[in-house]
Amino acid sequence: MAFVNGLRCRECGREFPAEALNVCDFCFGPLEVEYDYATISEVISRDKISKGPISIWRYEDLLPSDGDDPVDIMAGYTPLIKARGLGKRLGLNNLYIKNDSVNPSFSFKDRVVSVAATKAVEFGFETLACASTGNLACSVAAHAARAQIHAVVFIPSDLEKGKIIGAAIYNPTLVSVKGTYDEVNRLCSEIADNYPWAFVNINMRPYYAEGSKTLGYEVAEQLGWRLPDHVVIPTASGAMFTKIWKGFNEFACLGLLDGVEPMSFGIDQNTAHHPAVTTRMHMTQAAGCSPIATAWNAGQTLVKPVRPNSIAKSLAIGNPADGIYALRVINNSNGSAYAVPEEDIVDGIKLLAETEGIFTETAGGVVMSGLKNLADSGAIKPDELTVVYITGNGLKTQEAVEGVVDPLMIKPTMTSFEEQLSLRQSR
Amino acid sequence: MMGKQRVKFTFVSNMVKEPVIYNLGRDFKIITNIRRADVQENMGWVVLELDGEEDEIQRGLNWVSSTGVRVDPVSGDVIDG
Repeated sequence: MAFVNGLRCRECGREFPAEALNVCDFCFGPLEVEYDYATISEVISRDKISKGPISIWRYEDLLPSDGDDPVDIMAGYTPLIKARGLGKRLGLNNLYIKNDSVNPSFSFKDRVVSVAATKAVEFGFETLACASTGNLACSVAAHAARAQIHAVVFIPSDLEKGKIIGAAIYNPTLVSVKGTYDEVNRLCSEIADNYPWAFVNINMRPYYAEGSKTLGYEVAEQLGWRLPDHVVIPTASGAMFTKIWKGFNEFACLGLLDGVEPMSFGIDQNTAHHPAVTTRMHMTQAAGCSPIATAWNAGQTLVKPVRPNSIAKSLAIGNPADGIYALRVINNSNGSAYAVPEEDIVDGIKLLAETEGIFTETAGGVVMSGLKNLADSGAIKPDELTVVYITGNGLKTQEAVEGVVDPLMIKPTMTSFEEQLSLRQSR
Repeated sequence: MMGKQRVKFTFVSNMVKEPVIYNLGRDFKIITNIRRADVQENMGWVVLELDGEEDEIQRGLNWVSSTGVRVDPVSGDVIDG
């Protein structure tokens, strides 16, 4: 069963029933899921988690829906890989990669959508919908197929082909909007008010966002019930960044980490910070859309919206909904934020591919270049335990790296092969 | 048709001192109801509800956008990956 008390406004603290709501009707602040941690603490254990399914639903006690009949395409429990090649290149001896690009629809979005789709079915919705720059569209369409309900996904018309096909194959109603990202966004907010659909990132948002906590749980579990010294995360809206931090603190407060005593969550569950959680949270954004990193570097508490102009389209959120909360997490964790120059993004994709055999999308290029900056600057010391999150698969953004294709063009003869090989080796 | 719309205005430095919300209520047949705000020296945002004819609200929002103030749905930027 789900251990949920209801929803609570993050700004004014007003309480609401656990329904398909996302905004407080008094102050219009965002709503968050409120848990019954007292009961959770009585039923949860490392042993129970370890014996759970090999998916995000092993953490069902800490998700807003029970795992009895989830909409599950086996999202989560992705590999945590010791990065020896990359670590050697960057001078980091204790570096791990959380490879979430191998989720069923090839991005971390399967985590959040699995939770949102499960709640949508629980609430009786017959249509799952989203506005998306790609990864979310693929995941929503896939989960709707699994649940055998309708899917309507809205995408900007200039999206990468890999993402359009990756969504269309599941046969959703695909709506290609001839407009800017902002216009797609506004349109979907209006549609959500007028159609009885479960928009995963609008009226399902409080539940949807909770799925990202599993990125924190899994890293802790896979490291042997301990937390890393540093995490490096690609960031768009800021929601995933804040939820990983929440996941770390939930594990600590519930006494699931090695050598950590349980602690009360306090009045505001979303800002609970266990003193044993000393992980430094490092955010990376692309310079072409870096509103949160820009605010942090300027010492501001407000996030000034920008018009995105980045090849990292999955991070291209100009007005990040959770930006101010992400700033607080950076400050509370003694972390940092870095805007990666656009020209370094492809280099980051190549660096990961060439050192670890992992092909990531442009968001992964952003986080790799951010990691390199942290290593080069000495912000991460060589022996500190560091986890870098790779959240999407490179097959979806092949356009960004087309320049790597440079084969030896030969005739079907030994002579031609040896000539061209010699030429290549002499470059 | 009458309607209500929840919106967020974001002001950059050159607009912070301008009475945009006052003018919106004066020049258009729209009732403005501020719910939450954070205005600092160089920028600020205001979350408010607009009440009026839907066409009039749209005309008013177009005018607000034309002044350089950013207008977003109150749910924030929902394009998320």
